[in-house]
Amino acid sequence: MRSIIKDGQVVTDSWTVLRPDEAGQLPEVASERDVVVPFAIWKAEPAMWQNRAGQVAVWLAPDDEPAELATHLASFPLVAVDFPAFTDGRGYSIGRLLRERYRYQGELRALGDVWQDLVHYLWQVGFNSFEIKEGKNLEDALKGFGTFSERYHSTWREPEPLFRRRNSRHENVA
Amino acid sequence: MYRYDEVDYRIVRERVEQFRDQTRRFLAGELSEDEFRPLRLMNGLYIQRHAPMLRIAIPYGHLASRQLRKLAHIARTYDKGYGHFTTRQNMQFNWPALERVPDILAELAEVEMHAIQTSGNCVRNTTTDAFAGVAADELIDPRPYCEIIRQWSTLHPEFAFLPRKFKIAVSGSVEDRAATLVHDVGLHVVRNADGEVGFKVIVGGGLGRTPMVGEVIREFLPTHHILTYLDAILRVYNRYGRRDNKYKARIKILVKALTPQGFAAKVEDEWLHLKDGPATLRDVDVAHYASFFNDPAYETRAANPEGFAAKLAEDRAFARWVEHNTRTHKQPGYRSVVLSLKKTGVPPGDITAEQMEAVADWSERFGFGEIRVAHEQNVILPDVKESDLYEVWQLARSQGFATPNVGLLTDIICCPGGDFCSLANARSIPVAEAIQRKFDDLDYLHDLGEIDCNFSGCMNACGHHHIGNIGILGVDKNGEEWYQITLGGSQGNHTAIGKVIGPSFAQADVPLAFEKIMNLYVEQRQDGERFIETVRRIGLEPFKERVYAKHH
Repeated sequence: MRSIIKDGQVVTDSWTVLRPDEAGQLPEVASERDVVVPFAIWKAEPAMWQNRAGQVAVWLAPDDEPAELATHLASFPLVAVDFPAFTDGRGYSIGRLLRERYRYQGELRALGDVWQDLVHYLWQVGFNSFEIKEGKNLEDALKGFGTFSERYHSTWREPEPLFRRRNSRHENVA
Repeated sequence: MYRYDEVDYRIVRERVEQFRDQTRRFLAGELSEDEFRPLRLMNGLYIQRHAPMLRIAIPYGHLASRQLRKLAHIARTYDKGYGHFTTRQNMQFNWPALERVPDILAELAEVEMHAIQTSGNCVRNTTTDAFAGVAADELIDPRPYCEIIRQWSTLHPEFAFLPRKFKIAVSGSVEDRAATLVHDVGLHVVRNADGEVGFKVIVGGGLGRTPMVGEVIREFLPTHHILTYLDAILRVYNRYGRRDNKYKARIKILVKALTPQGFAAKVEDEWLHLKDGPATLRDVDVAHYASFFNDPAYETRAANPEGFAAKLAEDRAFARWVEHNTRTHKQPGYRSVVLSLKKTGVPPGDITAEQMEAVADWSERFGFGEIRVAHEQNVILPDVKESDLYEVWQLARSQGFATPNVGLLTDIICCPGGDFCSLANARSIPVAEAIQRKFDDLDYLHDLGEIDCNFSGCMNACGHHHIGNIGILGVDKNGEEWYQITLGGSQGNHTAIGKVIGPSFAQADVPLAFEKIMNLYVEQRQDGERFIETVRRIGLEPFKERVYAKHH
């Protein structure tokens, strides 16, 4: 069990993220454990993963296509997106697509090179849980949520962009 | 001009505090060099040859006098008393101390300025025509859209970590003065068959290692859709742009790989999901931003008043300056004055604190307290009465701003080069100066007429050498500085990438090569042809022959 951040709180977490080794093999895990499986491996044999006692979730690599997951989304309690390097921003678009286009309602988790300076953006595009990188402090990462109190954009958290809210205010004043 | 409201202030102040904390954590060893680098770059901070370099955003090249005074103050307090205007209409300081950068940012925030996204793999400062709002050929004032794009691009959560930098330019006039064809995205105003005004969307232009003229992916985009359409373009780029090789990571490579039609189809498909969403601009939203750019209180005046016409007739030097360093204005009796930062012996684009304060003073005394920065690295007083021009000219001369060379060969666009930049292969400043000295005869310079001369110290092309009518590129050959010359490049509605004329030159031989090129032009030109027109007509071959001819 490790600690993660979920909905702005540090919580312990029962999921085990499975990453393939160099030969492409996943580690052996007891059937009752809850596992997060690479999407590419899951989609090769989805039926096989249903036979486990524990829960199954998937994680997407930056070059995975979220559209391929769309019809299965409702069956997953958790979907994760991997950030192999924090400078690889593809996962932000994946987050928005899962939430906005494919209407995913469950837990959306960021994995990998994830820490304090990124959680604000990740939260905006729809992530609500964060597996903070080894060696980085979770309490520090919590501070990241409060970095900005306002934003200009239309985001999944706040679809009305600032320019619309500004003008509504003006109309109210008038 | 745009004024921050409480929310804009808050966002910029929170950004300053975020960066202060990031700097503290870096200095305390909590952030590694590899972690801090992208974070500091996104705030315009480079580690350079001598010291850090801080690049400050001047959104679409607009400055208020109080902002320019603040830049002068920063130059004096935190730097060596001068700054440098870049081709993205920004200002760079070359000598700030790392630990003091958060304080500089805090000072900037007081006057509604910042360094957000002036570097890094994110959306950079949006640029436009330096004469926006005052140009006579304007179809639409691009500045409200620039401000809307500035806000949209500022800390956009989806696009903070793109494959590579991303530059947007907007042009609202018939003649494109914003180089929209050599940007990652160019928006150039058009009127459709129904008389409606919108933007032509150009994608995948750019200079650098692989110079390309952009491709039109949409002939007409109604103005209220610009943000959703930009979201669609950026999302396609963010997801599919190459991340394995930084030299192939710009959007132009993706556009080429997918073909412009293929890229456009992907964008249109993405846009179907975003179109008419909450980021669609309503009339009331555009009106809100446009209200900041209403005309100042111009006086009703006659064009070419008597005193002005008399001075033009009697003072040849003044007339020459007016001809080259001022531009016609939409308001009769006014002109825009271009203060040349291309005086021989001064690095192009450099400006001292004293000069900044002088410009701020003049902008208030003779205008409405507004200043523009041109991507050609000159400073503009947009609204000067013709009756004040003689006095402005004298003041400009006293500060070294009145070299009558705007648009001429010695008005060289130039990057800081190897004297400052750690990326550069060669120095640019001394070579630019040698060219300026070679062509110091004003009569000859004026006879040569309009010539864009652009100079980059390396293939990153900050000096836009590819679109210079004559371009210079610094190259490294076994540790020595050499210079390649290109001809035939141009910006504007007929943007073209220049072609290399042949083997590169040693530093000392560049001015002579220029002289030979200009001599041939003078011999060959017909009926007042501009330099670029002669190059286009006769091609490169005669120039090659002349420049590389063996002496007998």
